[in-house]
Amino acid sequence: MADAGNSLETYGGWRDAPGAGRAAGSRTGRALRVWVCAGLLVLIVLAVLVVPPLLPLDQQAVDLAAKLQPPSPAHPFGTDEVGRDLLLRCVHGLRVSLLVGVVAALAATVLGTAVGALAGALGGWSDRAVMRLVDLFSSVPHLLLGIFIVAMFRPGVWPVIVSVALTHWLSTARIVRAELLSLRSRPYLDAALTGGASRRRVAVRHLLPAVLPQAGLAAVLMVPHAIWHESALSFLGLGLPAHEASLGSMANAARGSLLAGAWWPTLFPGLFIIVPTLAVAGLAGAWRERTNPRRRSELML
Amino acid sequence: MLELCDITAGYDRRTPVVRGISLTVAPGEAVGLLGPSGCGKSTLARVAALLHRPDAGTVILDGEPARRWRHRAPRDLRTAFGVLFQQPRLSADPRLRLAELIAEPLRATGRRREIPARVGELADRVGLGPELLARRPHEVSDGQLQRACLARALVLRPPWLICDEMTAMLDASTTAALVAVVESYRRESGAGLLAVGHDRTLLTRWCDRTVRWAELGGSAERPRTR
Repeated sequence: MADAGNSLETYGGWRDAPGAGRAAGSRTGRALRVWVCAGLLVLIVLAVLVVPPLLPLDQQAVDLAAKLQPPSPAHPFGTDEVGRDLLLRCVHGLRVSLLVGVVAALAATVLGTAVGALAGALGGWSDRAVMRLVDLFSSVPHLLLGIFIVAMFRPGVWPVIVSVALTHWLSTARIVRAELLSLRSRPYLDAALTGGASRRRVAVRHLLPAVLPQAGLAAVLMVPHAIWHESALSFLGLGLPAHEASLGSMANAARGSLLAGAWWPTLFPGLFIIVPTLAVAGLAGAWRERTNPRRRSELML
Repeated sequence: MLELCDITAGYDRRTPVVRGISLTVAPGEAVGLLGPSGCGKSTLARVAALLHRPDAGTVILDGEPARRWRHRAPRDLRTAFGVLFQQPRLSADPRLRLAELIAEPLRATGRRREIPARVGELADRVGLGPELLARRPHEVSDGQLQRACLARALVLRPPWLICDEMTAMLDASTTAALVAVVESYRRESGAGLLAVGHDRTLLTRWCDRTVRWAELGGSAERPRTR
């Protein structure tokens, strides 16, 4: 009876929390989230930068005697189906994923900003033509288009980056164009023109600084997306060469041993995909709430 | 001599806002243009400052008809106009401090060396202290921002001033101060002025000559919001 009353009370308290504690609670909650995400990211970046030079990975080394060992002090994440240490392979795979994510997101943002700026600056007929082209691209599923692009090259990191960049610039183009269209009719651009500013000066001094925060946010939100895309391609066997450590191909290779009861070769690569993407998305979400508090939409993942 | 001949302009070719308007401002003359709101006087002011291409008609500046508009207009022609807009909030780049705002035309025309002297002089003239000059537009009032915009309009010493309802959002004392600054600038430089507004008392006291929109031959039968 006392137990039931107690749990009811906690239930009531829990129900009150979102309403009553919103003003005070959400701020500390957000700060906590930002710090946890930032800490995780620092840890990940340090691991990815420090570990591979210290402990180089022999991609081909196989030790069949030590295959599928559960996590132990010698192998904290266990070993995979051919006896390779999972922790080391995960860190090396994460390094590739982060590299692909950051470079592809940067390339996609630059491409998207250029196309969006072109459409927004030209306006009229050419604007409509460019945006219909963007619609055409986005009507094809991302992954299908990505597979098509990857299939044209030999397996490797760069084809994956190209594939992710070429399929992910569309949303940035839309954001930049919309922002430019809303800025175009502001009187302060008229004032700059009567002040003798050239078209280029108007763009560099007045338009670009107004668009950059949005484009930067889009770039950061793109990083998790690109990481997932890389993992998906590798999982399908289309990304990196099969022997190289990649989170996607590790998860794929571990499917067979999962049925035999070995959970660690699937779990740890999966966690290495999920945790960094959530950390990046959490930071980007906090940034978006700061720059644009009115739009509290869910994180784009 | 600034001549607007038979101007037809608007934002949609089928329904022009301004139809067949002609207006002349002599050098050193102050012309007030009175009209009800939404009749197209702001559009006419933008056409006069080469900021909006008219559908028909010509703008003649000192005997030379303007052929190009906005950023395509020659820089000398564009900078011949100092323009003041109705809403200072929208006509100031929110990222620039007031000092940078005033100095921006000097930077854009490659006259950086004049910046310290010119900005200091104009800030004194419009009544902005050094503390205000270091603030950004969202940290000052509308009146203070309009003072900065006036300083920006005067910084290149334009021979023509176009004030598009410059004082519509301001209180009486700020209005008086701004008009006094414009008038003292015109006395020493001999600049011509086209002041647009709907405040008859102000414009008749301020300008040498006021014309009413209806007298200009324009048709105001379909007022549209600008």
